[in-house]
Amino acid sequence: MENLVNLLVKSIFVENVIFAFFLGMCSFLAVSKKIKTAAGLGVAVIFVLILTTPLNYLILRYLLSEGALGWVHPSLATVDLTFLAFILFISTIAGAVQLVEMVVEKYAPSLYNSLGIFLPLITVNCSILGAALFMQEREYNFAETAVFSLGAGTGFFLAIVLLAAIRERLRYSHIPEPLQGLGIAMIITALMGLAFLSFSGFSL
Amino acid sequence: MIADRPIEQQTPTVPVKPKEGLFSKKNRQVLRDPLDDSNPITVQILGICSALAVTVQVKPALIMALGVTVVVAFSNLIISLIRRSIPNRIRIIVQLIVAAMLVTIVDQLLKAYMFDVSKKLSVFVGLIITNCIVMGRLEAFALAQKPWPSFLDGIGNGVGYGIILITVAVFREVLGSGTLLGYKVVPQWFYDHGYVNNGLMLLPPAALFLIGLLIWWQRSRNRKLINVS
Repeated sequence: MENLVNLLVKSIFVENVIFAFFLGMCSFLAVSKKIKTAAGLGVAVIFVLILTTPLNYLILRYLLSEGALGWVHPSLATVDLTFLAFILFISTIAGAVQLVEMVVEKYAPSLYNSLGIFLPLITVNCSILGAALFMQEREYNFAETAVFSLGAGTGFFLAIVLLAAIRERLRYSHIPEPLQGLGIAMIITALMGLAFLSFSGFSL
Repeated sequence: MIADRPIEQQTPTVPVKPKEGLFSKKNRQVLRDPLDDSNPITVQILGICSALAVTVQVKPALIMALGVTVVVAFSNLIISLIRRSIPNRIRIIVQLIVAAMLVTIVDQLLKAYMFDVSKKLSVFVGLIITNCIVMGRLEAFALAQKPWPSFLDGIGNGVGYGIILITVAVFREVLGSGTLLGYKVVPQWFYDHGYVNNGLMLLPPAALFLIGLLIWWQRSRNRKLINVS
């Protein structure tokens, strides 16, 4: 239990997907002009992460990793299909996102209206696939995977809302023309990353 | 005898369309534009995701740039070849699967021939799939263009991405660890007189600072890029 809380804190602050690994930078920079839309994207990312990463864990554990197919037939016990991981992970993510989009549209139209435009974007958000690949590389178990995906999503939410808040204020400051927009956003992200570095080594 | 006839009579007289050369002016434009004016990283904001984490040293950055170029070029080519038969609703999934297939090939090759680099790049090889450059170029170019220009567009964007990646990596490696591609470039004499490697360059934020400065430099040189995004 303590281990899980630790992992949660670590994945939100110490190894924040944006500031430590640059995952999901594209949408992070593109959708951080207003707090409201940024928060919408953040919530959608958390949602999709919690859904797809454990799903990918199950696929990896029971279909792909070496000996995983043993439950189908003993003669398949030596098959190792991990090289298919990329294709299956991304198809799961794309499929799940499309499914979620359809379900949300049908049963929660108000949520769809606030979240809908971001859902297709999320398929290609690196942090989703990144979380699945980290889960594979670090050999998390199911509980750890679930906690890690929540932490990674929350970290993304936190980062994008913070940047959006800063960028809303930036409009009133005098920045050299060529640096406006993307340039200053990059430098601010770097400064925020430095601030987040102070969490390193932090554990409960 | 057929051979005695002049050649003009043998060929059927279908009006031949003026064929575009392989490296016509338009195609060269397609190839060259992404290197500067529409650079994928600094202007289109594509592919920043997986780019920055691999730039601590030049070697992984070089391999990464090569991998991305190959994947973008060939996925552009493949999607462009089948562009008429992809249903619009599921095109994102089709694109992702084509990209995932190519990335799997690149990953297996890296694991087989360059295991140490593959370990260093860790998850970032896999993340080429969701690298926005791949999806961005597929959506914006390959879905509407012929295969050859699409292929060139892929190469151009891959190289444009590589230029930024390698520039950042050179700065980070020389200033951060005093080496270039693993060879010492800062002389021992400097260290003896109190020169210290800049530890900040090894940390993730350094890449963002450098790209921010590169954007600043590029836009002040080329003022029509100001406020594109």
